[in-house]
Amino acid sequence: MESFIHVIILSMLVTTAIAIVKVKDLFAVTMLAGIYGLLSASFFVLMDAHDVAFTEAAVGAGISTLLILTTLSMTGRFEKAADTPGSNYKPALALALVTLTGALLIYGTQDMPVFGAADAPVQTHVVPRYLNDSAAEIDIPNVVASVLASYRGYDTFGEVVVIFTAGIGVLALIMSTASKAPVALRASMEEHVVLRIVSKMLIPLILIFGLYVQFHGEYGPGGGFQAGVIFASAFFLYAMLFGLTAARKVVNNTWVQALAALGVLLYGSVGLLAMINGGNFLDYNFLAQDDVHGQHMGILFVELGVGITVASVMIIIFFTFSTRRQRDGDPD
Amino acid sequence: MSMLTTYLSWASLVLGGFLCVSGSVGLLRFPDFFTRMHAASVTDTLATGMILVGLMFQAPTWIVFGKLFMILVFVLLTGPTAGHALAKAALHSGLKPLLPGKSGKIETDANPSTGGV
Amino acid sequence: MEFLGLFNYWVVIVLMMIGFYIVICSNNLIKKLIGLTIFQTSVFIMYISMGKIDGGTAPILAEGVTLYSNPLTHVLILTAIVVGIATTALGLAIVVRIKESYGTVEEDDIHAKDKQA
Repeated sequence: MESFIHVIILSMLVTTAIAIVKVKDLFAVTMLAGIYGLLSASFFVLMDAHDVAFTEAAVGAGISTLLILTTLSMTGRFEKAADTPGSNYKPALALALVTLTGALLIYGTQDMPVFGAADAPVQTHVVPRYLNDSAAEIDIPNVVASVLASYRGYDTFGEVVVIFTAGIGVLALIMSTASKAPVALRASMEEHVVLRIVSKMLIPLILIFGLYVQFHGEYGPGGGFQAGVIFASAFFLYAMLFGLTAARKVVNNTWVQALAALGVLLYGSVGLLAMINGGNFLDYNFLAQDDVHGQHMGILFVELGVGITVASVMIIIFFTFSTRRQRDGDPD
Repeated sequence: MSMLTTYLSWASLVLGGFLCVSGSVGLLRFPDFFTRMHAASVTDTLATGMILVGLMFQAPTWIVFGKLFMILVFVLLTGPTAGHALAKAALHSGLKPLLPGKSGKIETDANPSTGGV
Repeated sequence: MEFLGLFNYWVVIVLMMIGFYIVICSNNLIKKLIGLTIFQTSVFIMYISMGKIDGGTAPILAEGVTLYSNPLTHVLILTAIVVGIATTALGLAIVVRIKESYGTVEEDDIHAKDKQA
């Protein structure tokens, strides 16, 4: 039964992808991309990857759709017909290339272990140690969180820095420096009374849920990455319904930028603190008297740093895009 | 007692599943945007709600029950709101629902494909 | 599950190639970015499929469970998804700048304008 659902979801993914190739209306393409993200999230649930599904549902179906839509409103909704004279549109050539590459890759899969095999190299190398010893060494139930924040804390630090850098990059590229006096912008959703009231009810719940995901990440699916994205989405909702000017009052530009840096700083300081106490960088055993307690502290603060950075960078990205869009003309 | 909850649970689950299917059929076959959106909102709200109620009957602990209940509240809040916002946006941008004309027949001059998003 | 064999990986390759096709064959920069996202997600699906063990459960330690799916692949992909959206946003920012200075996001037109200059 499970493999039946499995095959259906995979077929739906392929169908959606083919539809994305065919459709010329970029608005519809964006919606299809959101569906694609949601489908892959359901697939991840089926594969026992609840943490990943969580993230993909928030990012793939939510934030990425929103960002692409904001960009579309600046660049135009329709793709130009491809076969205008003088274009170097060669679908046959591209198709041949793609088919050839795909065939080679499929040939390559012949050497891979079959799906679900317990003796595949992926399952036998370092993972048994994580699964067997983390209960004694770290003592939190969610192995994903302990691997993320403790065993591979170094990697995660790198990822957080990448996210931070991307945020800076977006700011550098499209931040509107000219502080044009805001022309008494009417929030585009002002007449949607029902929408505004329901959102007012929901926004606090979303924020609390974000905090729950942040601090319950050691015991169930969750953690800084998911929590940051969920937390940021509450601010997106507010900005979309009440207008950017109102949202700017809640979320001060300078503060969010400082917070984004603060998250990375918090992560790094935990590592440095371990060094000061005589351990290696990010070796949480040295943070407190006994090892397990130190690990708990380390993971808590590191996840907090991740959450702060992810939430702030997402808010920065969305607000920068929307401000740019307002500056470019239509306030809707 | 446990027999009763099992039956109730399965009744809700089957009803939810049926509503999902009928909602999807409606989404594909209804003539204009507003009726199609109605079908979609039924799937959104009632079908999901019934499935959640069915699962709540089977919840092993109260905490699972509570979580499912909160999801139900969330779905009941967001589903109709999303439907309302969509319909309102469609009306504002000039899409008129298909209504029976004077002869009692549905006027077919409106192009049904314009409503699709 | 045994009969699935390598099916997952083949679907991943098909998805990856669809994404690749969009990237090389589409003229519109935003569509190219969406193609890149599809490509990216197919890699995520591959990693997560590799980590699945038959009969395993989610890697959250619980009593009475002995077989867990691979937590390492989950960690890698979890971070990759959030990094992916951050880099996609960067790409979109570049597209916005291109639109502002060239007035178009179609690759052909951009090339044509470059030649004129």
